[in-house]
Amino acid sequence: MKEYIKNKKDLSHKIKAIYMWWHKPAVDSEFLQSLPNLKVITSSGVGVDHLDLKLISSFGVKVANTPHAVSNPTADMGMALLLASARRIVEGCEIAVSSDTKYFEADWLGEEVTGATLGIIGMGSIGYKVAQRAKAFDMKILYHNRNQRKQEEEQAVGAIYCKKMDDLLQQSDFVMLIVSLTPETHKLIGKRELELMKPTATLINICRGPVVDQDALVHALQNGVIKAAAVDVTYPEPLPRDHPLLKLKNIIITPHIGSATSKSRWVMMENMVENILSGVNGLPLPNEVHP
Amino acid sequence: MALCGLKACPFFPTKKMEQPELPGLLVNEVGRAYGVLEAHVDFLKKHFHLITMKEFLENKTYFSRKIKAIYLWWHRPVVDRELLQNLPNLKVIANSGVGMDNLDLKLVSGFGVKMANSPHAVSSSTADTGMTLLLASARRIVEASQIAVSPDIECFPGNWMGEEVTGATLGIIGMGNIGYKVALRANAFEMKILYHNRKEEEQAVGAIYCKKIENLLQQSDFVMLVVSLTPETHKLIGKRELELMKPTATLINICRGRIVDQDALVEALQTGVIKAAALDVTYPEPLPRDHPLLKLNNVIITPHLGIKTHKTTRMITEEAVANILAALNGLPMCSEVFPN
Repeated sequence: MKEYIKNKKDLSHKIKAIYMWWHKPAVDSEFLQSLPNLKVITSSGVGVDHLDLKLISSFGVKVANTPHAVSNPTADMGMALLLASARRIVEGCEIAVSSDTKYFEADWLGEEVTGATLGIIGMGSIGYKVAQRAKAFDMKILYHNRNQRKQEEEQAVGAIYCKKMDDLLQQSDFVMLIVSLTPETHKLIGKRELELMKPTATLINICRGPVVDQDALVHALQNGVIKAAAVDVTYPEPLPRDHPLLKLKNIIITPHIGSATSKSRWVMMENMVENILSGVNGLPLPNEVHP
Repeated sequence: MALCGLKACPFFPTKKMEQPELPGLLVNEVGRAYGVLEAHVDFLKKHFHLITMKEFLENKTYFSRKIKAIYLWWHRPVVDRELLQNLPNLKVIANSGVGMDNLDLKLVSGFGVKMANSPHAVSSSTADTGMTLLLASARRIVEASQIAVSPDIECFPGNWMGEEVTGATLGIIGMGNIGYKVALRANAFEMKILYHNRKEEEQAVGAIYCKKIENLLQQSDFVMLVVSLTPETHKLIGKRELELMKPTATLINICRGRIVDQDALVEALQTGVIKAAALDVTYPEPLPRDHPLLKLNNVIITPHLGIKTHKTTRMITEEAVANILAALNGLPMCSEVFPN
């Protein structure tokens, strides 16, 4: 971008593709207008909520994401947050190294994961992989999705469909959010939904911050409406340093590292290159995203 | 009212029949570091007359004959010859958890006292702990959560990455109940699973037996220790074993601190012989506050929380009570442990 901005005249006609890594460079109407030969934009990760798909399409530019590269590490991250929260790992590590620690309290306990109920909201590829992992912990799995999955798929992981999200919220010990951010899922989890959850339940968010009404979450955590939360995503990222979520003891926040493994980043890069080469050569894109 | 004017006289029972006396159960204390949990006291008192070590020591003459059982929590009270000699009616010692390395089994057995542990109660939550440490270490959860709340952060570091767990190779050393449950969980993460055990086990979990521990150490991305502490397993993992591991590998210990040569581990972590470690157990516990392990960036230490959930601790106490009641009623115990 630095080189491009310095030398727009020479470079603007040469640019055929944009490699968007972590939503940058941002793409707006003005930028698109200045790139007459742009054919394809590939965006790292699976979320495309940062892109105005209609606008880009109106310029005849195709868009691709990397859905498969992220599903394993993101599912792993969902389980990592669930376990870390339930077993109080972050707190535990602090106790283990604290200069004040003289002995380990016998009464310091976490929540059992084996046999607990996990409610998965969003049973796409990532949600399904979470279900596969949770099954091995003998968890009871409920799920809510726009559409019910096929019976064989449900049976393979022992997942029970909750047509009404409220049923899932009322029964789950752990609620995990794995939906794409769309106008329909914006603030999907608000005051009402948090109040439907058990007071002993934990909310885990590994998709997008705006899927949760963050102010309602602060209130719920401060008042014991729910027990705890573990979020890899917030809005904005990072949160302002004086945000109330940073001060709460019953939340784990991680800096959007759901797909942050060297292996998946490599695969992402390969996918993006593949999509770019297809786009530039007029071939169908393996991972095209349509508006 | 008894003849002597006392409301209740021990020599002349009142007309209202007293409850039959419950057997005396010796425990270390209630709460704090080594005491039975507050939440379990009511349940214990349903079946036993609960006597703490403090009460016993203050009134040995009165209590010594009443104590029929001991319930050990976190290896306390310490059972030595002197204590055993002072408890002539002791029939059974129930140990919380599965490890029995804190008891001199031959000594106890020599006094005609039976022993039991609680293997069924602990396996799931300990296996969960193993996976928790593996994931937390691989994905750098503790570090990450500190970054997320650090006052210095303006944006999240772009190049910050962890290790992929899906598809990685897990080497399990010790394929007992707990090791097997770890394997079941790891399987769901599509991990390749190697295991080393005293003997090969029939498996439905697709784990590959490594007769030689060296083969497991050389191939694993994550090495998890799930053995009991015995003279054979003491310092099982030392300098040689750490050097056989990949420099990109992580060591996870959820069994006993002494299975690892701790000094060798410090050196290995400091010099990049292995990449990282995640330890739920050390020796001693807690480590002295100036111990080098506490200063390293590439180790996670947790405060022996392997079985520390509300559900599992409750199940341990229930299993212990069942074993004790069986022994006191002359019935076989589910989880009797014999000296061997």
